[in-house]
Amino acid sequence: MKPAPFIRHVPKTLDEALKILSEVAGQDGRVLAGGQSLVPIMAFRLAKPAHLVDINEVEGLDRITSDGKTLSIGACVRHAAFHKPVVDNPLGALLTFVARHIAHYPIRTRGTFCGSLAHADPSAEWCLVAATLDATMVAQSTRGERSIAAADYFQGIMSTALAEDELLTQVRLPLLAPDAKFGFNEFSRRAGDFAMSAALVTYTVQGGKIAGAHIGVGGAEPSPRRMADAEAALNGQAPGDKAFRAAAEAAASAIDPLEDHQTTGEYRRDLVRAVVRRALENSVS
Amino acid sequence: MTAHTKGTGLKWVGRAMRRVEDPALVQGQGHFTADLPAVHWVRFVRSPNAAGKIKSIAKPAGALVITAADLKGVKPITPMLHKFSYRPVAQPILAETKVRYVGEAVAAVVAASEEYAEDIADLVEIDIDETAPLIDARDALKDGAPQIHAVAPGNVILEGKHKTPGFDAVWAAAAKVIKIDARSHRQNATPMEARAGHAAYDAATGRVTLTCTTQMPHLMRTAIADVLGMPESDLRVIAPDVGGGFGQKMSLCAEYVVLVWLARKLKSSVAWTEDRRENLIASFHSRDQYITLEGAFDKDAKLLALRADVVSNVGAYSCFPTTSGVEPLMAMAEMPGPYDVQQYQCLARGVLTNTCTMAAYRGVSRPIITFTLERLMDKAASAFALDPIDIRRRNLIEKFPYTSAMGLVYDEATYKETLEMAVKAIDVPAFRKRQEEARKQGRYLGIGFATFSERTGYGSPAFAARGMEITPGWETVILTVDPSGFVEARIGSSPHGQGLRTTLAQIIADEIGVTPDVIKVVHGDTDTSPYGWGTFASRSLVISGGATLIAAQKVRAKLIKIASTMLEAAPHDIVLENGAAKVAGTDRSVTIAKMAREAYTQTHRFKGEIEPGMTETGTYDPPGTFSNACHVAIVEVDIETGHARIEKFLVAEDAGRIINPMIADGQVIGGIAQGIGNALLEEIIYDDGGGILTANLADYMPPTAREMPPIELHHLETPSTQSITKAKGLGEGGCIGAPAAIVNAINDALSPFGVQIDEMPATPQRIRTALRDAEKAAKKTA
Ligand SMILES: Cc1cc2nc3c(=O)[nH]c(=O)nc-3n(C[C@H](O)[C@H](O)[C@H](O)COP(=O)(O)OP(=O)(O)OC[C@H]3O[C@@H](n4cnc5c(N)ncnc54)[C@H](O)[C@@H]3O)c2cc1C
Repeated sequence: MKPAPFIRHVPKTLDEALKILSEVAGQDGRVLAGGQSLVPIMAFRLAKPAHLVDINEVEGLDRITSDGKTLSIGACVRHAAFHKPVVDNPLGALLTFVARHIAHYPIRTRGTFCGSLAHADPSAEWCLVAATLDATMVAQSTRGERSIAAADYFQGIMSTALAEDELLTQVRLPLLAPDAKFGFNEFSRRAGDFAMSAALVTYTVQGGKIAGAHIGVGGAEPSPRRMADAEAALNGQAPGDKAFRAAAEAAASAIDPLEDHQTTGEYRRDLVRAVVRRALENSVS
Repeated sequence: MTAHTKGTGLKWVGRAMRRVEDPALVQGQGHFTADLPAVHWVRFVRSPNAAGKIKSIAKPAGALVITAADLKGVKPITPMLHKFSYRPVAQPILAETKVRYVGEAVAAVVAASEEYAEDIADLVEIDIDETAPLIDARDALKDGAPQIHAVAPGNVILEGKHKTPGFDAVWAAAAKVIKIDARSHRQNATPMEARAGHAAYDAATGRVTLTCTTQMPHLMRTAIADVLGMPESDLRVIAPDVGGGFGQKMSLCAEYVVLVWLARKLKSSVAWTEDRRENLIASFHSRDQYITLEGAFDKDAKLLALRADVVSNVGAYSCFPTTSGVEPLMAMAEMPGPYDVQQYQCLARGVLTNTCTMAAYRGVSRPIITFTLERLMDKAASAFALDPIDIRRRNLIEKFPYTSAMGLVYDEATYKETLEMAVKAIDVPAFRKRQEEARKQGRYLGIGFATFSERTGYGSPAFAARGMEITPGWETVILTVDPSGFVEARIGSSPHGQGLRTTLAQIIADEIGVTPDVIKVVHGDTDTSPYGWGTFASRSLVISGGATLIAAQKVRAKLIKIASTMLEAAPHDIVLENGAAKVAGTDRSVTIAKMAREAYTQTHRFKGEIEPGMTETGTYDPPGTFSNACHVAIVEVDIETGHARIEKFLVAEDAGRIINPMIADGQVIGGIAQGIGNALLEEIIYDDGGGILTANLADYMPPTAREMPPIELHHLETPSTQSITKAKGLGEGGCIGAPAAIVNAINDALSPFGVQIDEMPATPQRIRTALRDAEKAAKKTA
């Protein structure tokens, strides 16, 4: 369980990082951020990158900023940065609530928000957040900068729209309405394990009825995504058990469930039904 | 040094004295095998296939790669049992012509670092003519199944059979027969430190020192010397600090044989540190069993007879020294447990498959048989419309000594007392009320009980009864008071986390009247500790503790003799306390340090009546005794996800005199943690091709601190008459009772749905499947 040989590059500026990345990308060069996913994979020799572009010392990547409309999270912002709300908006509380479910404390002090998005584990909480809230991913390379919408970004298990030479420099999350409600729930067999299914919901209540619902499900399909049927089942309804159950049922039947040696599609649907309803209950409690 | 709990003339035995082992361990000052520097590092190339013929092994040019062809003259590991039609299956040190499981070591790469060795190992190409593997024991038993070893027809490595005379008549007359088909899935003991070995050649003496993570340094030395055909005196085995073993480190591993062979060949030092993946696929597994158990009851729910069919998947080879009979034979011998049942029939088979070899793991079969029997009792209770506690009250053994249907003599036990203690402490009526109220809100709580007996501290006759070629049992302790008055005990046991250096010091302190801080307990080096068997089978405190007491009694007698000469007083007037001998009722005294010095330097004063020096030896080989306990679990099952959360765990147990309550509690709690893994989480899963799907600690799931419930412990300290320290063993009980109590509680929680879970681990997927099946069946009938 020792990684295969590799060369580690430690750029100090973004330009330098992009330049090195463009040079080594073709030789299985990879970005090293928190290392909490990449290093274990290298230790198992499931990945044998010849070059690592370590971005931990690159100036200015560890910033979280807000312009009043969006929250921008830089490439070196750690999960632990969200242990306390980073912005005075329901989004800040949402991120804090979700962060506690990611792995264990020491891992959260190293792993990065953007690294999680780049890695794109189907169960990753931040991927679910990005998908549910319609985040924008900002990718940079020596070829330039582009923005990728969440709906186009996730392309399957550990697969994204990022090109080999692109660095995910920022993820932009829209701030929520000041009176927005949110709820989150996930299921894992042990505390700190990757979720076997997770759900995130946000909405507002207008005239006693739910409006603008976002319901995202993670861990159940190759990529997290918003569940249109479930959102439709919720919008226009009064918040309560009946609407929550209908939305949960809609999400459970809408998924194309991941299966593995222990987990049948039926079971995955059971979990989705449970986590969606619980996330919704969580939004009102 | 951290201060001990200071004494005030009280006895040391019975005190929760802090462990003398811990200051070094918690400050990172421990000595572990993997810390040793070495010139050469080894990486084993392991079979990617579960079954097949080795066609060729291609080694990269210039690399030092050892295969079976190099190991000419090295004998295979061939454990032996002289009973139960045992087939002496042989395991080559490196796979020779065939591979028999994924992970079997085929070649050893030697390089200057672990990293280089792994790089080279990646380039070794093993070409295997793959054949269809046998993974499940039931498939291996089928007619026409491929034969894994020529010596074991039908893939049966051993077959234990037992039937009491009169069984058939009693069976036929029974009012009710209750049946369970229990399944225990495969586990790995998962010690925190995986295996590691370091073999160093000494040019001056030609000897090799093997430092390794073993529970049995002396037997490893004997076994490795045998296999390599070298004199034992040329091999020294050291077990330094060892990070847990749980049985996985008591068997001989082929890897250590390779290391010693290489150290002799290269005349240098050679090391190997197992990684977690290797540990999970290729160390030793356990607990893979099917048990069908039927109980015949009379009309009053009194158990009359048991009939058991045990199928134990023992993997590809047999383990040394216990052989792979260890699981099926333990299951057969102890199936009747704590219940009064005089008729018993059992067929227990060990079945070879293309999976990792099975070896002892804490509790050995008893977590499974306790699970099976305790599930059976709960099923019987519901068939007779009785409370689970009542059916146990009707059937637990009360009169001792009791001879079991297998001929085991239970010297004494407190099955009923501990059951009642637990029932009272958990407050069953209050729980039932809470359970009822919770159900109204759609929450499902359950309570589960497990009563069991834990055979501990057994000596050589017990092992001989199994027909073992190697019958461990006794232990020796050499106790020395040096000329400065410090005390050193050299022991043959090999503790690796059990705190024996503390508890033995407590025993010695009381016997010779010194404080534990002047006592050092030394173990784990075949050059300096007396031959002994090591630490396993809940034996060390009883057997090594007994040997320690015998040696201390001899030292005490000698000290009293010396004191009576030096103080000119009658021996019966001498009191040993606080490091000195005193004449009772006077102020005359002499320190132990002074007496010790005189015993070495002023021997002429004792006129030949006292032997020079102060070293005494104690050896103890007891008959063995049984601890017992009642475990209670309260769980809540989330019926939507199938997740079972343990709300509370309670133990009432009797392990005789408790030498150190803190250490005893630690043993029980650690065992319960493993029991929780067994009950809910841990499962080694093979795919159909024999590959392991759970080769890391994300997929193979031991519980973490967050999965541990609050645990309440009660001890009933009935002094044992079968152990000279009056203490019984308790190293395994925690993991023996917990799975049964937890799964019984899950079944109790799910009783409104008519669901039965007789499988471990009771994963959320399995619980949901059972609930879904019940829902579907209900819909059909509706
Ligand atoms: C025991 C354990 C439990 C865990 N549990 C969870 C969990 O419950 N939920 C969860 O979400 N995660 C979990 N993780 C993963 C953890 O959150 C990782 O930190 C995260 O997935 C990756 O972030 P990182 O910064 O560590 O990335 P790295 O490991 O450094 O990189 C991961 C991948 O992303 C690429 N990459 C990283 N940053 C960038 C970038 N800016 N641009 C382009 N490519 C980039 C790398 O090249 C690599 O391919 C767990 C990890 C461990 C070890």
